[in-house]
Amino acid sequence: MDLSLSTRTVGDRTVVEVGGEIDVYTAPKLREQLVELVNDGNYHLVVDMERVDFLDSTGLGVLVGGLKRVRAHEGSLRLVCNQERILKIFRITGLTKVFPIHTSVDDAVSATD
Amino acid sequence: MATVELLFSALPEHVRTARLVAAAVARRAGVDEAVLDEVRLAVGEACSRAVGLHASNEIPTPVRVVLIEEEKKFSIEVGDDAPRAVAVEAVAGGAAGAAEEAGADGDDEMGLAVISGLVDDVEVTAGESGGVIRMSWPTTPASVVP
Repeated sequence: MDLSLSTRTVGDRTVVEVGGEIDVYTAPKLREQLVELVNDGNYHLVVDMERVDFLDSTGLGVLVGGLKRVRAHEGSLRLVCNQERILKIFRITGLTKVFPIHTSVDDAVSATD
Repeated sequence: MATVELLFSALPEHVRTARLVAAAVARRAGVDEAVLDEVRLAVGEACSRAVGLHASNEIPTPVRVVLIEEEKKFSIEVGDDAPRAVAVEAVAGGAAGAAEEAGADGDDEMGLAVISGLVDDVEVTAGESGGVIRMSWPTTPASVVP
């Protein structure tokens, strides 16, 4: 399954809904999307990963790259994920300490810490 | 002899195929269903790394994936033809640090970090003629249906 991407604005946040597989082949598309959003002045991103079936280190690298970009503008990048198999990858790489991970888009959008 | 051997052109679009084949053979070999996600991820990481090494070194040969069903374990070897000066590579800086690099090398180290975090039995070797990542998982014998 390929990668699907859609974006919408909720208040001052931009929600990026990602679906399918994020791997070495598809991750560049996600990178392009995040770079474009930041270049267009969207510095508070919520990446909704509820429909992601597969994520590898290339995808993690893209998310970290996105975080670096928004932080350069004092922005934020929050993740929404409840899937254990995806959360496990964040845990074993120690990235749960780097990304705020929320259980719902509503929760991520209203978070201010 | 390998149960299944897969050679693919070192292109990112074929890594998914390698994941699917490895998971299918692992399932048949008796690897626990709960572990198949780990097999899929680890093979994907190893293949992505090999594809990256072939691309950065402009190596035209394919990436090799060898899937071996043994008596009590299932083994996977992912081999590349990228020559290294150092005999054994070390993962340095941790995954988060590697990711911060955000370059090809960072991805490479994070891939290894994911593999070593996922797989208990893993061996990474590399030499002048290329490198191999060997991984194995225990298999459960086929249950006897009464």
